[in-house]
Amino acid sequence: MLLPTPCGPVSGQMHDLMVGRRSLSTATGPTTDQSVIEDLDQQLALWTAYELSYRGFDDVDPDLEWDLDVLALRAEIEARFERELRSATRDRTERVADDTPIGDELLDLVAGDEGPRLSAYLRRDATAEEMRDFLRERSIQQLKESDPQSFLLPRLEGAAKVALAEIQYDEYGAGRVEALHQTMYARTLEAVGLDPQYGAYVGEVSAVSLASANVMSLFALHHRLRGAGLGHFAAFEASSSVPSRRIAAGLERLEMGPDAAAYFHEHVEADSVHEQVAARDLCGSFLADHPSLRQDVLFGAACALHLEALSGTELMERWETGRREDQAS
Amino acid sequence: MTAEDIRVRPCPDGPVLVRGADALVDDDGRRHEITRPVVAVCVCGKSSRAPWCDGTHKARPRRQVEE
Repeated sequence: MLLPTPCGPVSGQMHDLMVGRRSLSTATGPTTDQSVIEDLDQQLALWTAYELSYRGFDDVDPDLEWDLDVLALRAEIEARFERELRSATRDRTERVADDTPIGDELLDLVAGDEGPRLSAYLRRDATAEEMRDFLRERSIQQLKESDPQSFLLPRLEGAAKVALAEIQYDEYGAGRVEALHQTMYARTLEAVGLDPQYGAYVGEVSAVSLASANVMSLFALHHRLRGAGLGHFAAFEASSSVPSRRIAAGLERLEMGPDAAAYFHEHVEADSVHEQVAARDLCGSFLADHPSLRQDVLFGAACALHLEALSGTELMERWETGRREDQAS
Repeated sequence: MTAEDIRVRPCPDGPVLVRGADALVDDDGRRHEITRPVVAVCVCGKSSRAPWCDGTHKARPRRQVEE
């Protein structure tokens, strides 16, 4: 993958650092009051910085992963991103009782969340182009599905580590290369006529799609935020099995082929297991050892729901606008 | 693999998690191969993918804690 083209001052600054141009002082940093979550420029800069810890870029020196200027700029964006996530999710986490077991709490939090009904729309009404749009936006996180959470493994002990490793083994194909979930998603992209290559759509997706991937790296790459990473993962898994069933039905309704739906069929069963293991065994065991981090776990879960809702709303509005324009013309 | 190696754990208001089994034989005698490290077996009877849980139990009203 090549370094993506910058789209504003912050990603421009990150781009300059990546190609070895250091005329800009990162100490001054980008000063902006704009939402970080919905700002494409800052999300692309953050995604680019994080990517050095994953597959990297063919045209970037891999040593920049630990470059102090890159890390300083990354940290500035991260601080604003985290602040905004905390304020955006306060309503969700404050409603939660203190005495319920965390597993029930997390599953209830997800069950009580009224999303924008994206998966219901994909099942019944979406056009093939809208379905492709959805798959393209999600490709940023799904083509590195489970990779951020692997960074959480060494941060855990005992039963929590065992629970995460069990889920990850399944996510990584349980010994079968063809069942690696990332590869299954690539096959879905290919089946519907999209580019299956890692990072192919980084320059085309929305800020929220990048933020949804970035939040996992933010939590997984900071020891301080490991509780949030686990909560996010549990909520993410728990909000997957039912939507996956609907999306698979939508792909079949649109006759986009069995290869397209296979990934989502797999996730109906896999995530019915993972949500239980993640909420009860992983988060439950983790909090038994670290009871003071309960709010962090809930914060992470609320972030998953918040970003999922933003993304669903964004796509539904985009398609609604598209339909209105089609009717007008 | 012996039966002692198989671990079964019910989840409150959810499926039963089974670890260590190679296959599950349902009430009709049909054998379902197990390929993942842990499976969630449906106990609410509403799954569209029986014997496996598909998350449908979440659409049902939860039983009260007092029961």
